[in-house]
Amino acid sequence: MTAVAQGAARSRRRRWIEQATGLGFALPALALLFLTILLPLAVLLYLSMTNYEFGAISADWVGLANFQKALGDPIIRRSVVNTLVYVAVVVPGGVFGALLIAILVHGRRRTRSFYEVIYFLPVTSTLIAMATVWQFLLHPALGPVNAVLRSLGFGQIAFLSEPTTALPTLAVIGIWQLLGFNMILFLAGLSAIPRDLYEAAEIDGASNPIDRFLTITWPLLGPTTMFVIVTTMITAFKIFDTVAVMTRGGPMGTTEVLLYNIYLEGFQYFHTGYAAALTFIFLAFILVFSVAQTFTLDKKVHY
Amino acid sequence: MAETALPSGAAARPVPAGAMAARLLSLVAVHAVLVAGAVFMLLPFVWMLITSVKPPAEIFTAQISLWPKNFYGVENYTFALSQAPLLRFALNGLILCFGILAVQLLVAIPCAYALAKLNFPGRNVVFVLVLLGLCIPVQVPAMPLYIALAELGLLNTYFSMMAPFFLSVFAIFLLRQFFRSFPDDIIHAARLDGVSEFEIVWRIVTPSAWPAIAAFSVFSAVAHWNDLYWPLIVISDAKMAPPPLGMMFFADAETGSNYGALTAAATVLTAPLVIAFLIARRRFIDGVTMTGVK
Repeated sequence: MTAVAQGAARSRRRRWIEQATGLGFALPALALLFLTILLPLAVLLYLSMTNYEFGAISADWVGLANFQKALGDPIIRRSVVNTLVYVAVVVPGGVFGALLIAILVHGRRRTRSFYEVIYFLPVTSTLIAMATVWQFLLHPALGPVNAVLRSLGFGQIAFLSEPTTALPTLAVIGIWQLLGFNMILFLAGLSAIPRDLYEAAEIDGASNPIDRFLTITWPLLGPTTMFVIVTTMITAFKIFDTVAVMTRGGPMGTTEVLLYNIYLEGFQYFHTGYAAALTFIFLAFILVFSVAQTFTLDKKVHY
Repeated sequence: MAETALPSGAAARPVPAGAMAARLLSLVAVHAVLVAGAVFMLLPFVWMLITSVKPPAEIFTAQISLWPKNFYGVENYTFALSQAPLLRFALNGLILCFGILAVQLLVAIPCAYALAKLNFPGRNVVFVLVLLGLCIPVQVPAMPLYIALAELGLLNTYFSMMAPFFLSVFAIFLLRQFFRSFPDDIIHAARLDGVSEFEIVWRIVTPSAWPAIAAFSVFSAVAHWNDLYWPLIVISDAKMAPPPLGMMFFADAETGSNYGALTAAATVLTAPLVIAFLIARRRFIDGVTMTGVK
């Protein structure tokens, strides 16, 4: 009797210790979560309903006026459209380009790591520094790209100062930056496909590479592809660095993107309330992408 | 590693000459595509290195040359290093990355362990908050954080650069997945031996998660060495700038005229991470595969 009671008391005590340590271990993270995410979100929501300007003594409650203004603001509309156009170029280029390279690299044995290193190099490089180099590469008079174009008989193109070419040029640089990252993800996905499936397919008559790709590689790579598409969308939607360094939204607003406008409104013009509303519009887009990401991440990571 | 190469399969059985030629042709086509892509990837790096050792006279011509007639590297690099505190930028980047990573791991490891192995009230709530946090990029809380740091007089400090990143919900998420597969028996046995929970976390469970921790460290360091957005907001003093912001200050000051010095600066600021990558190639690549998130 007493032994059972003692045992029960001991296990109750142990459970209590477990609960206390669990809470204790989670506490620092929870405190930081509150201070760096939840509280700022609440403050941001409040700010978005005021006309507060950073440094001002007071602010008035304006309700949803900031959001109304944002939705009707032609500059903001243009920047959302520009951002989406950028995403629409970078996602197919960055995902399917990476898939192609990954499939080709996967078949190599001796040269595989050589190509891996080269394609991955831009991922580790500092984009701001490389943006300066790109600027020079694409320089109308001094850059080698235009020198090649001229020698081939084409006219020179001012890639970054021509309204029609500026955004696509930034998109190409965006693809350059993340292609290697996506390639590595695809390579991991390809390595997970069992070899004997290909042999089985060959016996079943799927002998040409395109058949094998369509019947085995593409379907089995599905989850990886989904995941890569979503992360690329999020990365592309957050475009900021190249705009800030190379074009500053120009020429004629053709490379103004959402995050750059938020930065200008919030930290250059200090229209804090308005920028807070814009941030929520930005967040709405990211959330749509991120919810998809959380699901694909949950499926993908299992050790 | 990958047992796929075309010629080895071909050698196993006699192959008609036509099929051989077709395989050779496809091999050539594959390498042609890969090399063309590789040229595109490498072009900026090669051009950066070449330009950084060219004299202005050779930069400002319409002629393209792959190697300078007069080697001007020493002048360009000494000019860049004397005009901007490039080494200071790199040091700032190093301090930033290590500071952030240290706090991230100290906070995330116990929390991830608690979520994976301990029953405590509110565990599900904490996990839902972590998932929620995964969806919120730093640009969202940026403005309130900036106002708070400005009110506290903390702008232009290392702390202000690091603070928003102390909590990595991603690290918690990743490590929780890893810790969950750690055998419960070992933890129970350790408890019966009187090992404290604190020691279980840091002495027993954490070492087993070394691959995940290494992967996360690489991911975190690359992200913060290269981050521009947040430093641009809180840092206006060039002495405190991490590499990307430093590069921006330098490029602004030079107004794009001195490409030799600009590319020399770009080389100096890109080199540390690229060299680290070339040395620890596997770690970087495994890191991407394991973390998979930017």
